[in-house]
Amino acid sequence: MILRDENRQAWHEGMKDGIPIGLGYFAVAFSLGIAAFNAGMSPIEAFWTSALCNASAGEYAGITMIAAKAVYLELAIVTLIANARYMLMSCALSQRIKPGTKFRHRLLLGFYVTDELFAISVARKGYLNPFYTYGAIMMAAPCWAIGTFIGAVAGDILPLRVVSAFSVALYGMFLAIIIPPGKENKIIAYLVAISFAASFIFSEIPLFSNISSGTAIIILTVVISAAAAILFPHKENKEES
Amino acid sequence: MESNTYMYILIMAAVTFAIRVLPLTLIQKQISNQFIQSFLYYVPYVTLAVMTFPAILGATQSPISGWLALLVGVFSAWRGAGLFKVALSCCIVVFAAELVLV
Repeated sequence: MILRDENRQAWHEGMKDGIPIGLGYFAVAFSLGIAAFNAGMSPIEAFWTSALCNASAGEYAGITMIAAKAVYLELAIVTLIANARYMLMSCALSQRIKPGTKFRHRLLLGFYVTDELFAISVARKGYLNPFYTYGAIMMAAPCWAIGTFIGAVAGDILPLRVVSAFSVALYGMFLAIIIPPGKENKIIAYLVAISFAASFIFSEIPLFSNISSGTAIIILTVVISAAAAILFPHKENKEES
Repeated sequence: MESNTYMYILIMAAVTFAIRVLPLTLIQKQISNQFIQSFLYYVPYVTLAVMTFPAILGATQSPISGWLALLVGVFSAWRGAGLFKVALSCCIVVFAAELVLV
């Protein structure tokens, strides 16, 4: 059993590490809010989307589907695909939680598996004290939800020039996730280039261009990732537990 | 079908929550299937790439500023800038380009 003082210490450390994450979240959430506004969502709806989902790319994909008035099943599949990486992170995180940790801790940690919170949580030495992550969540999560709300409000009042500039923040963030690993792993670099090209072809070639963007994302992701998995099986360089 | 925004949000929240919580509560050991492991490893890169391009070209007022944002984003990410810096660089280049273009 973990002592209360240890929990409090972990909580404080988490809060400290959560501050820069919160600042980054605010900026990205702001652009997500603008995307929500462009999709015809109200600031309150945008707020709840971020407060309940805590997923940048997943929320963006969902907002695209909402704008397209997709059927519910299509939205569910797109959300599943866009957030598939969290499944992988969650698998990895499950290895870092002390056996016997209470179910409610697993639920709460699971609710906030994001790129950044996952990154700082797995970077902790030994088993993860959930209170460390809770501290970071307490600083970062409100920035995410409130940032989205303010973005959706600002989408309405900011000049078009500024909205246009903020609209690419999210794509910039995506690039920051997908480009750097390509330096270490050439297969990822080629995959990103192939994905760009395939996505471009889908949007430009008349034969494919009447496929909805959400469906195109699903098809391309599954086909390209499956092909890569068959041709270039990824060797996990982590030792077996 | 009549669609409701809150219904959309609830579906997104439920699916997102399930994805994150199920592995954390159910899976106790490493996934050993080579194909599933590789597939899950590649998915994030492919899906984010597909969502970024060519959508970034249509997000701005001019496709040219979209192209510039893409190039600056790829370049700064390659040079090792973090999430926030890359995102900010893209915003700044679009803002600057559109002062001239639009």
